[in-house]
Amino acid sequence: MAELTYRSAVAHGIAQEMRRDPSLVMLGEDIGPAGGVFKTTVGLWDEFGPERVRDTPISEQAILGAAMGAAMTGIPVVAEIMFSDFLPVCFDILSNEIAKARYMSNGQLAMPLVVRCANGSGVRFGAQHSQSLENWCMMVPGLKVVAPSTPVDMVGLMAAAIRDPDPVVLFEHKSLMASKGEVPDGEVLDTLGTARTVRPGTDVTIVALALMVPRALEAAEILAQEGISAEVIDLRSLVPLDMASILESVRRTSRLVTVEENPQLCGWGAEIASIVAHEGFWDLDGPVLRVTTPHVPLPAADVLEDEAVPSVDRIVDTIRANWD
Amino acid sequence: MPENHYADRPPRTPPPLNAANADLNIDREVRLQLYRRLQELRQVGNRLHELFFQNLVRGTSHLSLGMEAVSAGFGAAMRNDDYSLATYRGHAHTLSRGASMEGVIAELLGRDNGLMRGKGGSMHLVDVENGMLGSYGIVGSNLPIANGAAWSAQLRGSGQVTVCFFGDGGANIGAFHEALNLAAVWELPVVFVCENNLYMEYTPIDLVTAVEHPAASRASAYGLEEIVIDGNDVDEVYTCAQRVIERARAGAGPSLVEAITYRLGGHSRADMAKYRPEAEVEAWQGHDAIELYHRRLLSLGVGEAELTAVATDVAAQVNAATDAAKAGPPPPLEEVHTQVFADGGSSWRN
Ligand SMILES: Cc1ncc(C[n+]2csc(CCOP(=O)(O)OP(=O)(O)O)c2C)c(N)n1
Ligand SMILES: [Mg+2]
Repeated sequence: MAELTYRSAVAHGIAQEMRRDPSLVMLGEDIGPAGGVFKTTVGLWDEFGPERVRDTPISEQAILGAAMGAAMTGIPVVAEIMFSDFLPVCFDILSNEIAKARYMSNGQLAMPLVVRCANGSGVRFGAQHSQSLENWCMMVPGLKVVAPSTPVDMVGLMAAAIRDPDPVVLFEHKSLMASKGEVPDGEVLDTLGTARTVRPGTDVTIVALALMVPRALEAAEILAQEGISAEVIDLRSLVPLDMASILESVRRTSRLVTVEENPQLCGWGAEIASIVAHEGFWDLDGPVLRVTTPHVPLPAADVLEDEAVPSVDRIVDTIRANWD
Repeated sequence: MPENHYADRPPRTPPPLNAANADLNIDREVRLQLYRRLQELRQVGNRLHELFFQNLVRGTSHLSLGMEAVSAGFGAAMRNDDYSLATYRGHAHTLSRGASMEGVIAELLGRDNGLMRGKGGSMHLVDVENGMLGSYGIVGSNLPIANGAAWSAQLRGSGQVTVCFFGDGGANIGAFHEALNLAAVWELPVVFVCENNLYMEYTPIDLVTAVEHPAASRASAYGLEEIVIDGNDVDEVYTCAQRVIERARAGAGPSLVEAITYRLGGHSRADMAKYRPEAEVEAWQGHDAIELYHRRLLSLGVGEAELTAVATDVAAQVNAATDAAKAGPPPPLEEVHTQVFADGGSSWRN
């Protein structure tokens, strides 16, 4: 057992897989000797060399194109897009090509690749370096989408994403980079599409992702003091989506709250709310609540960013205000 | 806008035929194979055109009629395990790698015996077994992807070369420039082939391009040789293809080839191509890849009867493939939901 930061868990997970599979390669901007803009790839270039950890020009289409072409000809790839905000620059390759190749070729092409990117708010970088774009990727048929919230999940889900034969977008949250957690020695391998109940409860189910998980846990602690027992589910993966865990929890608590960092309109919680409204309707004792970033570009000033993104207080207030 | 919007522009005529190409050192057998391939591509193209007008091919379709020498020449110079990537105008590139005619025709007819069982359609032909890694509907996208296939070959030390075809219009999109730069920096075994048919859809390429040759004039920006060839002279294409493919295979890095050619028909199914000057169309009809090659082979001593026999044989083959394609049933409706993910299905939740 070792204590790792979330940041170092990224390289830890990739290194585990690169040792296991000598054909696995990486590419991205500044990922080599520089160790990545967020220092998430530190050590990989030293251990695996410039052939397997390749620095690229600032050419996001070329990065994902190279990843795709290599993956579909038998070389598994981990590609870094530095900030998720840059995904739109190569969204054609991601959404039109990588995501659809298997389907359009009727299974002739496989796509064993992972696109990793730094995602989310909290660093006051403004509207083009702080977005939460997980819902953009979630709505593209053919992509899998993962967003770990802890170091151990980062290692295990990174390994699962790399071994998955389908393209996976893995979001690394900028505000979680310095957080720490225990990671077991030896191989760590998790399963995509499995949510985790991180706090059991009986009165309300709070579903959260990435940075919203620690906030939901803090909110649950406060609510507990007021006599409201909240169950917190770390969704971990948007595609595949572990609806069974959510529906099972709602069956017991009869209430559902989603906490989403993406803007409200078409955020991932809307899909979950719609499924629960359909399949868990008779289990519900109250309206499904969504705590989200409003439908705005993210502002830069600290007070404004904090106002926009769901906070512990907003989660608590929303649940309290809707309590009978 | 009138349908003949650019018809009054001065015609851009074909390059003069290079008579010396008759003396290129190409085996008689190879030349006959090239002729056969040209016949196949032309006759399948014509057949698909007929099938559109019988309303048997739905949606749109982009034919390579008039442009066959580019795919025929490169196809013949490629090793079986080399990779091809094409645009939506990819029928000829797929067939020139040896894909089944029935599979191609049936895919356009939306049948279960299509190459991708109807999931891809005219713009997305893929035949991995024959090295055809796909036809791409987004202009420019196939260039960065071709780099990846070449990178993979480089990593595996397989000696495979990737050949990526794109249009003159595609040389003005960002992906072209990103791909060329990366290919050069990584010295990838990839050959980019611009099929310059002088038009991007309905607009003459020279009206929207800062340089004379949309691809070749940009080669120097990436440290590459400027290569412009007559894309209607299959001997010239084949010889150039051999040279740049061998160069890539030897580890000397990428090449960029601009093959000048012309569509005999419209951009896509519905386009009558009235926007082109009549004199231009006529001039290119006089520089037709198949007629040029027919004449060359006669001049090299091949008998008319032998060439006629090839054409007749191909016609029978195309007829049989058409019948077989038409005989295929539509894909089962469950196919909507298959092959989204590697487990064979489309399930995104439990
Ligand atoms: C990114 C993108 N923009 C626009 C289109 C629409 N479009 C399809 S074909 C075409 C013209 C392409 O011309 P060119 O590259 O010369 O190829 P050609 O069709 O002549 O073979 C256009 C504009 C597209 N498919 N993709
Ligand atoms: Mg063109």
